[in-house]
Parts: sequence; C-alpha cells; structure tokens
Amino acid sequence: MSKEIDPIQANVEKDYTTLNLGPTHPATHGIFQNVLTMDGEIIVKAVPTIGYIHRAFEKLAERRPYGQITPITDRLNYCSSPINNMGWHMTVEKLIQCEIPKRAEYMRVIIMELARIADHIVCDTVIAVDTGAMTGFLYLFQWREKIYEIYEEICGARLTTNIGRIGGMEREFSDLAWKRIHAFLEEFPAALREFDKLVTRNRIFMDRTVNCGPITGERALEYGFTGPNLRAAGVDYDVRVMNPYSSYQDFDFKIPVGTQGDTFDRYMVRMQEMWESLSIIRQAVDKMPKGEIHAEVPEFYLPEKQDVYSKMEALIYHFKIVMGETEVPTGEVYHSVEGGNGELGYYLISDGGRTPFRLHFRRPCYIYYQAYSEMIEGGMLSDAILTMSSMNVIAGELDA
Amino acid sequence: MSELHDKVLSSLQNQFPDAVNHSGDERDFPVFHIQKKDLMAVLAHLKNEMGFTFLTTMCGIHFPDQGDQEFALMYQLHALQSNERIRLKCFMPKSNLEVPTCTTLFATANWMEREAYDFYGFKFTGHPDLRRILNMDEMNYHPLRKEYALEDAGRDDKEDKYFGR
Amino acid sequence: METTVNIHPDHQPEGHEGAGFFATTLDKAVGLARANSLWPLPFATSCCGIEFMATMASTYDLARFGSERLSFSPRQADLLMVMGTISKKMAPVLRQVYEQMAEPKWVLSMGACASSGGIFDTYSVLQGIDRVIPVDVYIPGCPPRPEQVLDGILKIQELAKSEGIKRRLTPEYKAKLAAYGLE
Repeated sequence: MSKEIDPIQANVEKDYTTLNLGPTHPATHGIFQNVLTMDGEIIVKAVPTIGYIHRAFEKLAERRPYGQITPITDRLNYCSSPINNMGWHMTVEKLIQCEIPKRAEYMRVIIMELARIADHIVCDTVIAVDTGAMTGFLYLFQWREKIYEIYEEICGARLTTNIGRIGGMEREFSDLAWKRIHAFLEEFPAALREFDKLVTRNRIFMDRTVNCGPITGERALEYGFTGPNLRAAGVDYDVRVMNPYSSYQDFDFKIPVGTQGDTFDRYMVRMQEMWESLSIIRQAVDKMPKGEIHAEVPEFYLPEKQDVYSKMEALIYHFKIVMGETEVPTGEVYHSVEGGNGELGYYLISDGGRTPFRLHFRRPCYIYYQAYSEMIEGGMLSDAILTMSSMNVIAGELDA
Repeated sequence: MSELHDKVLSSLQNQFPDAVNHSGDERDFPVFHIQKKDLMAVLAHLKNEMGFTFLTTMCGIHFPDQGDQEFALMYQLHALQSNERIRLKCFMPKSNLEVPTCTTLFATANWMEREAYDFYGFKFTGHPDLRRILNMDEMNYHPLRKEYALEDAGRDDKEDKYFGR
Repeated sequence: METTVNIHPDHQPEGHEGAGFFATTLDKAVGLARANSLWPLPFATSCCGIEFMATMASTYDLARFGSERLSFSPRQADLLMVMGTISKKMAPVLRQVYEQMAEPKWVLSMGACASSGGIFDTYSVLQGIDRVIPVDVYIPGCPPRPEQVLDGILKIQELAKSEGIKRRLTPEYKAKLAAYGLE
C-alpha cells in the first residue's frame, strides 16, 4: 500500500533561476551587481559584487598635499559633499591641534545641515520614485536646486563643493548667500510638508514600504550600521551627539529613531532628520557669533591675495602652501562626522611629510551595504530594489 | 595617559600577560599594540567583557622601513554604552601575513578584511569568502603597498612631460 | 485653407516651401525626426549622475529637448550618456552595453572622468572611455553644470540632424568601429 503524499510536505526538488541584477540596471541607482538565486519572485540568495567605480582614493590621498585632498573627499558621498569636506578639515585640524573660531564652526554647521537635507532629499524622493511616485521627486528636486544655489554663492560650485579650508572658512557668506539661506528656511518647510502629505501616508507607498527589508537593531550593530539606517532600527547613535564636533553641543535637536528597521522607518527617520536639520540651521543663524572666520594657522590657511603681493611673510606662506612644503606634525588621528549615511571617519597617519602616510576612510555605505544580501533574502525582488534605495547606498562612497 | 588607557591596559595585562607590546595615547585615542597570537583572544575579551561591541573600522597599513614589523592591521573599537573608543594595532612581517579572521566576532569585519586582503594581501585564515572586493579578480598585485605606483604601470596614454612626472 | 508646416522655423531644414507642401531631402527629414526624439540611456556611475538627475528634474527639464524618455534598455536607446568614472572593472560592461545598442547610436561622454579619467589617474580607473568605445561629444567639467549637459545634447542633435541616413554604412564609419574592434 502506497503512502499518501502530502502535497505540502512533499520533497519536490526546487527549480531555482539565477538572475543577474546590475551592474547597470536602472533600478539599482548606480552600479551594484547582485547575482540572485530566485524561487519565482522570492530571492533565495544574493551575492553582491562591488568595486565598479573603485577609484583608489586611499592611494591617491597618499600622493596629495593636505589641502588637495579636500576635492577627493567631495567625491566620496557626492550627495552631501560639504559634510565630507568639513570632516576632512576637522581631521587635519585635530592633527595640527588648532582651535577654530566659533563663527566658522557655526557657518560649517549651517552648510553641513544644508548638505544633510540635500542628501536626504535624494534618498527619500528616490524611494518615492521606486514606489511609482515620480511627482514627489520632481517637486523636491527644485528645493535641492535652491540648496545648490546657496552652495554656489558660498563656494562657486554646485555638487563637488570643496567648501571651507583647513583652519576655518575661506570667506564670509555674502549677503546674497544669507538671503538665500533665509529664503530657504522660510519656504522649504511648506514644500517638505507638501511632499510629506503626498507620499508618507499614501496607501500604495505604505503597502510597499512597511516591513520591506527589515533589520533588527542588534544585527544592524553587528554589521556596523551607523546613521539613519541604524536609527531606523531603533538605536539612537548619532556622532553629532555622542562625540560633538563643530559646536554641535550648542544646538538643541532630537534624534529620530524607528522601531522596525524597515524601508518605511528609514524613510521616516530621514524625513524627521530634515526637520531637525532645519531647526539646527535656524538656531545657528539666530545665534551666529561675530568674529573671525578662520584660525591663525598661516602654514595651512592661504593668506589674502592682497597680502601675498605686499607682505614678505604672506608670500612665503603662500608659496609653502601652494607648493606643499608645509611642515606637518607627525602622529595619527581619527575623526568622524555624522555624514548623510552615518559615521564618516578619517583615519590619518602623518609621518611629517607633505602628504599623508596613510589615509583610511571609514565609509558608512561600504560597511552597511554588506548586510544588503541578508536583508533582501526571503523577500520579493521588487522589495530588494526599494531596500537598496532606502539604504541610500552611494557608489562613490561604497567603492572609494 | 588617559584613564581609559589605564583601565583597558590593566584588564588586558591581567588576562593576557604578554599580549600588549606597547601602548599609549594618540591624541584622543588609547592605542594598544597587540601580539598577533593573542589578537583574537584580546578582541573577544574586549567585546564580551569590556563592552567594546562595535567595530568602527579596520584597515591595513604598510610601513616599508620597519623590518619585521612591515605590515600592520588597525582595529578601532567603540563601546557604545560608555562612549569609549580604543584602537588596536597588530604588526607582522611581510613573510607571514596570516591573521585569524574576526568575522566570527564582528559580522561587519567581513568586507573590511576583504578590503585589507585586496589592498595589502593579508591572509585572513577562516574567512568565509576571502576574495578581492574592489579590484578586478585578475589583478596580480596588492596596490596599496608602498612599492607600487599610484598610476597603472602598463599604460602609455599620458605623456610624463605633460603631467609633471 | 492654407496650411503651414508645423515645424519651428529654427528647426526647419532647407527645402522648398509652397502652399500646402514642404519638400526637402529624405536625409534631412529623417535627421530632423531623429534629433528631436533622442532616447538617452543614462549610464550613470557617480557624481555626474547626480548632476544628470538635476538636468532631468524640474528646474532644467531635459524634456524640453525631446529627450525625456530615458531608455534603460540599451536595445531601444539612441544615445549612450556615460556619466562618471568608468573603472577598469566597468569597462567591459560599458562596451557590452554599447554593442547592444542598435544603429544609429551616439555616445556622449559627460565629465572629466568619462572623458579622460579626470583627477583619478590611478591603477583602477580607465583613462577615458574613448579607449573602449567611440565618442561623439565630450562635455568637460567635474561635474559639468546642467546647462553644459543640455549644450552637449544639443550638439548631439546637431550631429543627428546633419549625419544623413547612409553615413553608418560608409567605409569610414566601419573603419572607425573596426579600430575599436567592433563591427
């Protein structure tokens, strides 16, 4: 007598298909390759390959004088390059042990928070685009242009900013820059609220994002998550609060945290952070101290052009800085800032030469992207795309 | 010496009498140079007993002039609850770049170790998937070692005289 | 009732016009059609891709130039826009994408990295995409402003207009491809 076969328990050999996602797939926002083993629409296994724009930042940094490394940092997380610039300046300032004036620190805070908003706009609107809401993207990107206009007025560039100098800021904000900052503070909240109304409680959006690509707080910590993605999993680690830099202790702001660590939480944490950033900018504008905008570090901070032509000392320093002949103290420092994606760290070893002996970037994307395969396994293919966009993996930062 | 340095050092010396070769403060970071044979035990002790549960970053370093201490691995740990940070270093000669993997302790070390392998050629024994990560698999050298040039050695498209080399 | 040809005077090719008709060469008519409905394939790898997003978004609005329909499939694209650093690991992929595109096809190299390697004169970066595929228009800048990207697209449109339908069959064109090992 044959045994009755239980159709559910039957040991049917599964037929898996292999699907190559990337590296130029449009939905992967950059160049990430994942070779997926699929059971129908369900991802069984994902093998990521990265390195498609490995540009050798760390080696390149060993060949460049300190001031010339700032442009490289621009290209790490290019959605929020000012934060990278400031992080690098602060690292060198820590090495040469220079205190910069309060005014410069507040100016830096304003720029960094603007950059954070710009970064989060990209991430949140792209999540919306991936769920089918192109409108939100078109609306908010206009405001990203306004931030670019502010950068442009401050430093002349839109994306790869190279803002600030070692030892402070390169120049005062012009009247037009202040006007644009004020206008942004006044007008952006309405736009953000509009976007919020359009997307956040939208039925389709919630159905797509809630419980999509979740990760627990413990697992996230094991994987070295930082930034909004860690906070979405419920861990309130923020470098701005834990190890304040650039006078962040003077400002009053909240750290938004999520509970599930899913795409919706990551989206919400970023939305809330934009509000907090706005509040920080407002406080910084209100409390802006008077005074110098750079520290007295003539070996690192370029003198006024006028002085170069008329004063011997200024000419010498100008020559030394431009030719990269500045003497740098030896030693090793680590400094980290809260970048758009988490703890962006610079580990710098100086042997006293004109270039760093070794510069290692702690790139948050690189570190948390390794959890991606674990987060998407067992989920649907379409959720994998959303998970990727909500993690805000930036190729430049990922591959260094 | 900072308080944190003394605390960690005494704990390590109690547990592993000859593990720490050298220690001190580098700016705001206590730094400990650990013997390679004790490295994993020290990391496990720091993680499980002293609360350093978060591996912030790790990377390789190449000191071409240091004889049998030519290569170093740097680990940076963070105790999130007490907000304490320390740095460990482990030196080794070029002839023996085998290091036990710490992926069993920190899941995040996986790609960091692959990067260290890719850039410097450290062999992490027990690593689940030790392949190149950023460079092409066909690459036959470890580019961040100091003896290799930044530029691709085999190329002829840019004339030196225009690029100041 | 007299009807007029509904082409903007700036875009109107040379030809003979009269009551109810407009006569021009086939080359020009096809060129006109091609130029104003380019389907770009954005091959965005890094920073320039973000500037391309800005170009595409509301403020600069690429759609004004008939290129709003991004084709993410190479097989239905006319214009390959390479934006950002192409590393040696990526080069074969780029070449494969180019090979998959159907004729006629144009290539726009946006930014210093794609055009020459830019500041990344390093072991892992391809020193300009013209080492693996032929390029029609280069846009300088690191990254170029959106206005420059629009200008580059207009340049491509000029090429598309003036190219003629038979150029892709000429021996010169085939020799050019052969130089890259393509056919």
